[in-house]
Amino acid sequence: MAETKMAETLNGDSDQPLLTAEGLGKSYGHLMACRDVSFALYPGEVLAIVGESGSGKSTLLQLLSAQLTPSAGSVSYRMRDGVMRDLAALGEAERRFLFRTDWGYVHQDPAMGLRMAVSAGANVGERLMAVGWNHYGRIRDTASSWLERVEIDTGRIDDAPRTYSGGMRQRLQIARNLVTEPRLVFMDEPTGGLDVSVQARLLDLMRNLVSELGLAAIVVTHDLAVARLLSHRVMVMKGGRVIETGLTDQVLDDPCEPYTQLLVSSILPA
Amino acid sequence: MNAPTYNFAYLDEQTKRMIRRAILKAIAIPGYQVPFASREMPMPYGWGTGGVQVTAAILGRDDVLKVIDQGSDDTTNAISIRKFFAKTAGVATTTSTTDATVIQTRHRIPEGALHAGQVLVYQVPIPEPLRFLEPRETETRRMHALGEYGLMHVKLYEDIARFGHIATAYAYPVKVNARYVMDPSPTPKFDNPKMDNCAALQLFGAGREKRIYAIPPHTSVVSLDFEDHPFTRYRFDAPCALCGAGDSYLDEIVTDDKGSRMFVCSDTDYCETRQSQGHRGSESAAPHKERAHG
Ligand SMILES: Nc1ncnc2c1ncn2[C@@H]1O[C@H](COP(=O)(O)OP(=O)(O)O)[C@@H](O)[C@H]1O
Ligand SMILES: [Mg+2]
Ligand SMILES: [Zn+2]
Repeated sequence: MAETKMAETLNGDSDQPLLTAEGLGKSYGHLMACRDVSFALYPGEVLAIVGESGSGKSTLLQLLSAQLTPSAGSVSYRMRDGVMRDLAALGEAERRFLFRTDWGYVHQDPAMGLRMAVSAGANVGERLMAVGWNHYGRIRDTASSWLERVEIDTGRIDDAPRTYSGGMRQRLQIARNLVTEPRLVFMDEPTGGLDVSVQARLLDLMRNLVSELGLAAIVVTHDLAVARLLSHRVMVMKGGRVIETGLTDQVLDDPCEPYTQLLVSSILPA
Repeated sequence: MNAPTYNFAYLDEQTKRMIRRAILKAIAIPGYQVPFASREMPMPYGWGTGGVQVTAAILGRDDVLKVIDQGSDDTTNAISIRKFFAKTAGVATTTSTTDATVIQTRHRIPEGALHAGQVLVYQVPIPEPLRFLEPRETETRRMHALGEYGLMHVKLYEDIARFGHIATAYAYPVKVNARYVMDPSPTPKFDNPKMDNCAALQLFGAGREKRIYAIPPHTSVVSLDFEDHPFTRYRFDAPCALCGAGDSYLDEIVTDDKGSRMFVCSDTDYCETRQSQGHRGSESAAPHKERAHG
C-alpha cells in the first residue's frame, strides 16, 4: 500500500499515523456527497484530493476537519500528547482548541479565513492571543516575522487585508494559520481564483513552508498542477468515492483508472 | 387628571417577577448576560429603559433613590427618571450617594465608596463586549460559553497598533470573577477599579438588547490589558476648580464664550459634599457647573 511506502520515506515518530479516516461518508438526503473513504495520513505528509467539480472534495475536507458530522464512519487524530482520539468524541471546546492550535484551515476565499477589517498584525496575532499570549511586543514581533516568512512587507503590518491584493491576502491567511505551529493544515482550493503568476509564487511559498516546518497537509484542488507541485500522494474522487490513490507522480504519470486518465489528459473540464 | 392606572413602580407584578428572576440568575453567574423579555417603557430607548426596568423590579417602598447621568443628578435625563419613580412608586429620592439605597446611573460610578446594602443600577446601550469584532450572536455566545476571549485582546492590540497605547477610554472590557468578560457600559475606564471588590450590588440593564447582568458584592473585576501595556486609569491632571479634589474624575467646563475653561468634579454630590466640608478650589467663587452648562 502507498501508506506504508510513504511512511518508510519519513523519519522520526512518523511511523504512526497523524490522522485516519475509516468508512467515512456523508449524505444529503438521497445524495451521497462522499462515501466509504478510508486512509491514513502520516506526519509531514501532503495529500492532495483531486477530482472534478461536485465530486465531493470539499465535503470530504470538512468531514476530516470535523466541520461536518459524518453520516457514516469516523475520523481519528493523534493529539499532541500522542493519544489517538475520535474527533466525534471530542468536546466542542477541545475541537475548537485543536482548530486554532494544532490545525490550520486555508479557505479558497481569504475573506472567510481572515478578519478583513483588522490589521494584518492582529490577524496573525489572534491565535497567539487566543492561547493566552499577553505581551503586545512579543505578539507583534512574532506576527512581523511571520509576515516576512510569507513575503509580505512588514511595513504593511498595520494595514487591514482589505487593502491587500488577492495573493497577499492568501499569504496572510497562511501566516495566520501557521503562527501556532500546527502539525496539520487543511486547504480547500488555496490557489483558486488567483492569476497564474500569483498562483506560481504562492505554490512555491507553500511548498517551502510545508517542507521547512515538516507540516502534514490535506489539499483539495481541481488543479492537477497544484497536486503535482505540493503533494506526496493523491486521492482521485469521482461521485463521492475515492477511485484511485497512490504516490502523486505514479498516479499522474501512469494512472490506472480510465477516469483518472481522462482527468490527467485534461479531457475532463476541471 | 385620572388616578394613575399603573402598578407600584409602573411595571405589573408579573413583569417585575420575570425581571427579578433574570436578576437572580445574573447574580448567580457574575458577568453573564441573561436574556429577559424587555418591556416598552414610557420613554425612548436612549433614556436607559434597561436600567429603569431593573430599578422598577427591585424598588421597595422604603428605598431611597438617586439617579445620575454623567455624575450629575441634575441633567434632564436624571431628573425625569427620578420624577418617574417618585410619581409611580412614591419612593423618597436623594442626591446623596451615602443616603441612597438604589442608585441608577448612566456613564459614571460615584466617587465615594459604596456601602453594603446599596444597589448600583447601570443603564447599558450595548451589553456585548465582543460585538465590535464578531457580529454573529451565535458565535459570541459560544465564545462566552467556552471562555474564548482572544478576540478581546485583538481589539486592544488594534488600539496599540493604531494609537501607541490602549485608546479605549469608555466601556473598557473587564473580566468578572475570573470567568466572563463583560462590558461595563460606557463608564470611563477611570471608574473600572471601583467595580472590583465593591461592597454594593451592581446590576446592568440593557433595554433594547434585552440583557441583564450583574456583579455581586465583593467580586473580582479585572480590566483586560497586556503585560507591556498595563491598564491605567485616566483623569485630567488637575485639581477640581471648585473643591480642590485631586483624585476625582473631572469634566472640562467652558465658562464663557471666549473659550475659558475649568475642570470640575463630574460627580456633583461628591464635589458639593467636599465644598460643604470647607474644601476649596481655585474657582470656588465661580458659578457651579449647572449654571455654566445652562
Ligand atoms: N450542504 C449541502 N447540501 C446538499 N448538497 C450538498 C451540500 N454540500 C455539497 N452538496 C453536494 O454534494 C456534492 C459534492 O459537493 P462538494 O463536496 O462541494 O464537491 P467539490 O468540492 O468536489 O466540488 C455535490 O453534488 C454538491 O452539490
Ligand atoms: Mg469544492
Ligand atoms: Zn470637586
